[in-house]
Amino acid sequence: MSGTRVVVTFRTTTQAMAWEKACKEAGLPGRLIPMPVQISAECGLAWLIPPLEKDILLLRAIELNLKYADVIELQ
Amino acid sequence: MIYLDQAATSYPKPPEVIEAVCEALQHAGNSGRGAHHLSLAASRLIFEARYEIADFLGAEDPSCIAFTANATESLNLALFGVLNSGDHVITTELEHNSVLRPLYTLQERGVEVTILPANPQGLVDFSTLGVVVRPNTRVLVLTHASNVTGNMVDIEHVGEFCREHDLLFIVDGAQTAGFYAYDLRQSSIDILCFTGHKGLYGPQGVGGIYVKPGLALRPLKVGGSGIQTFSKTHPNQMPEALEAGTLNLPGIAGLMAGVRYLKNVGLDMVSNRECELTGYFHKAVSQVPGVKVYGEFGASTRCPIVALNLCSVDSSLVSQLLAEEYNIYTRSGGHCAPLMHGALGTGELGAVRFSFSHMNSREELDAAVQALREIVLRAGRGELL
Repeated sequence: MSGTRVVVTFRTTTQAMAWEKACKEAGLPGRLIPMPVQISAECGLAWLIPPLEKDILLLRAIELNLKYADVIELQ
Repeated sequence: MIYLDQAATSYPKPPEVIEAVCEALQHAGNSGRGAHHLSLAASRLIFEARYEIADFLGAEDPSCIAFTANATESLNLALFGVLNSGDHVITTELEHNSVLRPLYTLQERGVEVTILPANPQGLVDFSTLGVVVRPNTRVLVLTHASNVTGNMVDIEHVGEFCREHDLLFIVDGAQTAGFYAYDLRQSSIDILCFTGHKGLYGPQGVGGIYVKPGLALRPLKVGGSGIQTFSKTHPNQMPEALEAGTLNLPGIAGLMAGVRYLKNVGLDMVSNRECELTGYFHKAVSQVPGVKVYGEFGASTRCPIVALNLCSVDSSLVSQLLAEEYNIYTRSGGHCAPLMHGALGTGELGAVRFSFSHMNSREELDAAVQALREIVLRAGRGELL
């Protein structure tokens, strides 16, 4: 794989599961992947999103009151 | 077989509960321990179960619900998780040993314990709370319903006292989850401890604890959590903070199926039917000569339990005869509630407890009453000595 990858990280598995459920119900893009090793994150799961969808997704996350730890761009 | 021991564990379990347990064993891995298909299936199942239970109990958020092995573990978690040496805790004589024994242990560690007495009908006068509360009172813990008499406590009334005096209100819902319609978001309950295998129709070995948002408990155990791997301390975020180690996934799957079953058939239908059966049995059994029933039956809300004795016959002998000669299953003895039996005056005899679910029938209860009539006659003839 090459290029930029954007991942949403979570503090708990429960947060990750709530995020996935809400995104699926809202038809938002992305999928759960193992946390990339270069990130020192709290949960072993991350939500991988297409870079171009990042802003739209985060706006919807705020509207849906979804909790997450961080959004990180990986080169 | 006639099963009238529903307060010990519900039986039979709905078929969908059994199927859910099997399904989880066949198609799920370990929750929160990876991102492959089987691990995610387990994580999703656990989350769905939290979501269903939080919704069923009217909790604020799925994160308020942590899974445990049973109500006893939940109560230990709650009591050891908040009480410190020098704190004062109030409880009652209605309690099960799952409350009393943790409190006795904490008492040895410097926690002050006040136990409100129950009267011979098994009722507690909560108007004395204002007398026993102290400046260092931190917690009021009580059962929502006696597992001996079935009498329920007005928890909203007691909860209001807790709010006024800034006490943590911990409720043992072992007998009431799946019978009483909780609305925890609106309730003054800070911590609700429940088991999965009684009124919620799940398998044995799974339970849970509701913790009000913003309230932090010291965990009973620490270790693997699937998060914050490189930290030396266990994560403090709910619910993972209270769930060290691999969860009982098949049990949780069964519990979720049990809760969905209750949602489908309707909690109102279940509790109304159980109240109706309890009233029917109580009326019939009260007419059997020599039967003494314990508890208050004028109350509008009570759990589906009737405890009784036949003259002065050992309760274990009555329960044994019912099981061996009539194939009717009940629970005798002290029911892990020694102070309650002391208050009822049944410390030596114990009592025979009949407990019902909506799946029981009037015909089954008629058979139990007839069996009791026959045992009373045999006792009168001296045949049970």
